Amino acid sequence: MDDPSTDSAAGCLFELASTHLLARASGALWIPESKMLIVSDLHLGKAERNARRGGGLWPPYDNEATLLRLETEVSELKPQMIVTLGDSFDDDHCAAALAESDKARISALAEGRRFVWITGNHDPTPNELPGESVETLVIGALTLRHIADPHETNEISGHYHPKANFFVRGRRITRKCFLLDNDRMILPAFGTYTGGLDIFDPVFHPLFGTEADAILTGEKALRTPVAKLRQLAA
Amino acid sequence: MVNALPKLFTDWFSAKGWTPHAHQYDLLQGATLAESQLLIAPTGGGKTLAGFLPSLVELAADAPDGLHTLYISPLKALAADIKRNLQAPIAEMELNIRVEGRTGDTKQSQKANQRRNPPHILLTTPESLVLLLADARTESIFANLRTIIVDEAHALAGTKRGDQLALCLARIRRLAPAHRRIGLSATVRDPNELAQWLDPKGGRVVKAAAGPDPDISILETERPPPWSSMNARYAAPSVMNAIKETQTAIIFINTRAQSELFFQALWAVNDDDLPIGLHHGSLAKETRRKVEAAMAEGNLRGVVSTSSLDMGIDWAAVDLVVQVGAPKGVARLVQRIGRANHRLDEPSRALLVPANRFDLIECRAAVEAVRAGEIDGIPLPAGGLDVLCQHILLMACAGPFNADDLYQEIRDAGAYCDLTREDFNRCLEFCATGGYALRAYDRWQRLMHRDGKWQLRDPRSARRIRMNVGTIVEAETLGVKIGGRRGGGFKLGEVEEAFAATLRPGDSFMIGGEVVQYQNIREMTVQVARGGGRDPKVPVFAGSRMPISTALADRVISILSDPEHWENLPEHTADWLRLQAHFSKLPRRDRLLIETFPRGGRHHTIFWSFAGRNAHQTLGLIVTKRMEEAGLAPLGFVANDYALMIWGLDPVNNPAAMMEPDGLREGVEKWMLDSSLMKRTFRTSAIIAGLIERRFPGMQKSGRQATVSSDVLYDTLVKYDPDHLMLDITRREAMRGLVDFDRIEDLIDRTRGRTDHIALDRVSPLAAPLMLEIGRERVEGSADERLLMETLGVEDMLEALAD
Repeated sequence: MDDPSTDSAAGCLFELASTHLLARASGALWIPESKMLIVSDLHLGKAERNARRGGGLWPPYDNEATLLRLETEVSELKPQMIVTLGDSFDDDHCAAALAESDKARISALAEGRRFVWITGNHDPTPNELPGESVETLVIGALTLRHIADPHETNEISGHYHPKANFFVRGRRITRKCFLLDNDRMILPAFGTYTGGLDIFDPVFHPLFGTEADAILTGEKALRTPVAKLRQLAA
Repeated sequence: MVNALPKLFTDWFSAKGWTPHAHQYDLLQGATLAESQLLIAPTGGGKTLAGFLPSLVELAADAPDGLHTLYISPLKALAADIKRNLQAPIAEMELNIRVEGRTGDTKQSQKANQRRNPPHILLTTPESLVLLLADARTESIFANLRTIIVDEAHALAGTKRGDQLALCLARIRRLAPAHRRIGLSATVRDPNELAQWLDPKGGRVVKAAAGPDPDISILETERPPPWSSMNARYAAPSVMNAIKETQTAIIFINTRAQSELFFQALWAVNDDDLPIGLHHGSLAKETRRKVEAAMAEGNLRGVVSTSSLDMGIDWAAVDLVVQVGAPKGVARLVQRIGRANHRLDEPSRALLVPANRFDLIECRAAVEAVRAGEIDGIPLPAGGLDVLCQHILLMACAGPFNADDLYQEIRDAGAYCDLTREDFNRCLEFCATGGYALRAYDRWQRLMHRDGKWQLRDPRSARRIRMNVGTIVEAETLGVKIGGRRGGGFKLGEVEEAFAATLRPGDSFMIGGEVVQYQNIREMTVQVARGGGRDPKVPVFAGSRMPISTALADRVISILSDPEHWENLPEHTADWLRLQAHFSKLPRRDRLLIETFPRGGRHHTIFWSFAGRNAHQTLGLIVTKRMEEAGLAPLGFVANDYALMIWGLDPVNNPAAMMEPDGLREGVEKWMLDSSLMKRTFRTSAIIAGLIERRFPGMQKSGRQATVSSDVLYDTLVKYDPDHLMLDITRREAMRGLVDFDRIEDLIDRTRGRTDHIALDRVSPLAAPLMLEIGRERVEGSADERLLMETLGVEDMLEALAD
């Protein structure tokens, strides 16, 4: 059980389209069988974009923090393939404006493995970095894309930044989380400066039945029915 | 004294049957010398008229077009009221003077018109003033300004709103160097300090003749007040009787929660159905306006209120002030008492209602202090750097500036006279580049240095900066709405998120004196229905309790420590103190009394340190941490204004060691870094300084995904840039605010390791009320993670998976 790539204590194991998946406490998704690491909504360059548009000058360490967490996942799991599910950059300009040192780190991550950028609404144009850019990616029975399609099944997507907000003994707890049911899974945002959308928001209604579960990120990945969180939230 | 009042005015006074007060003449006289003046006068006594008289006299003689007088009030409502009150003399003397208000409620078209054609007298608030100044188009309207009147100066100085106002005054001096300032203030500890704040170039203090001493009594009931309670329910019938015997009473209570409870208790004994209202800061604005209007029209016999009515419109009909619970500060008590009876020749009447035994002593102490003319307060702190950052950005919106000039200008602001160039440079750097160790924003600086001047890189960002104006940052609260499933409904008020979290469908709680039943939370609003079950909850608002002032605490200790003082105390209270002297020891100012005793299988330690609730709360966290390190297994603590009580599994044999000053400050800072207190403080300062933008209604729903939480920014800074200005500011703010570290240092200073440790076999008489004190804190290492496991029941599941 010491191998983190299969250790269920390192995340929550579940099945989608007969494929074993491990939702990691970090917010990344791991497919042990194909040694594939999936992350979503990195929003690299977000602080830079906010500044460019005349907003506050946020601490410019978001790329550093996000890449560091991604590197940690990669060194622990040693994936053969990395997929980002879109909105990897906060806008198209951010990819080009990336610091040379950050570009080098991304090149190092792409070195010796397949690296796939799925485009998102924030970064619709394929970027110039190592790896390939696609709109959707089909891996066996699974379809990977940025925004969930209500008519699709066996689908993995991002975009919504699901976040659970609830109260335990008067203490407010906010966690980024995965959402899943038998048809699909939505990943939490992996980026450091990413806000979240409440999992009870009506936009999730067409995507999930009443049986959906959430997997909370944090020190440990914790799986729990959304209905249970709803009780704690109200 | 030369009578500077023209005949037109003396005739007007006579027609009214009034005689001008000496301080009104005095102020008028001083104004002709163009020096700044601070008028200290109780409420009423023609304070506002005194402030305006020099302007009215000048304008009556000659009223050329242009702004002559700027009046600034902390309250929008006050500005509106003053406008109405000025209309009377202006109309009756047929003066050709135009008076207009400019607040957040003023229409854009009127604001634009004011720019083209300014009124003679403009009434505004600090926030509206700074927006006026942050616009190059409005600079010219100040050219002929003669007078600035700052109302309620005592309530503004020492606050962030006051910091902002001081910076604005410094800017106006550059635009209109010849103006004079008139400050209007209630009684304060140090009038010269406040005058200096109003105008660092100097000015004089004018004191209105003190009226007769106030008639203050302390409510004495046959039965002693309860040992430990805050809501004084026992006194409701007596207070009701007092209301019956007066025209109108204001009943002040220290917290919103207590005001809700006491309001209920009063109505329970209001057999004559006298009109009595409720007023506090968490009620909906419309509800508060209604109560204020009813007071103004004389339709209420009483209003139960918190500090929300400390300032504001004078209600001439108020002839009694009731203070329920200990007043906590002498200046505050005096200012509150001043709200009763506006005829200077008659005493103000006040009734103090102790809620418990300690309150009784504190009320005594407060009355002694009032009689001795002693006013408490802390020296005005230096202006906040977060406010300075906002000001720098706003001034950049007004146009390019030279750094040296702006620094000189800012040093002319009362709150920033001692600002170092280094601190100024750090703030400017923060505004321009973010001030990070990693220089990442070279291309996207907010301010650029071009041709020797700092200016906005992108002029369009001015709009965003102006949107974020102001220094009041609300806690994260949820609105409470009744009825109206589809958007409509009626807003009752608001509650803090943390309180809303404890509610379950069917629970009932009190708001605005009403019991309502919780239904659900929808779109960040708590939906309720009328009516509800027994035992309604009372919303608690964090940080709403002000600690006892140092001066008042000292007086309380003098009463406790000296049996000669007890003669005037009711017999039951004197008996209680005699028992304490017999079984244990009396606290003294120059020594720290520590009592230890076992009770209910726990070992209790009480530090009688009299440093105020906030400082005790901080001490509680630090001392329990030290006890944990010493293996003494502390379980919890409770703090009030007089003492800190800790309980644990093991006896504490050397409690004095737990108060060892060495490493105390470091301990506090280390603990603070991770605390939610720091994160809350950071959020406030970061919003003020313009690092993060306020959220506005309407932005909330769509904007959530796009915003970044202030907690994430805080954690990132702590990790990657621990010396950053924003963390410095946060630390300074936290230390002087809720942590109240100065009081801890003061305690160490006055006791200097002199302790009396009394080991008892049971609780001491003095400590008995503490056993009932609410607000117990649990000491636990368990974080969210453990709570989550228990609640979600996933621990077993995870273990099963791991097997």
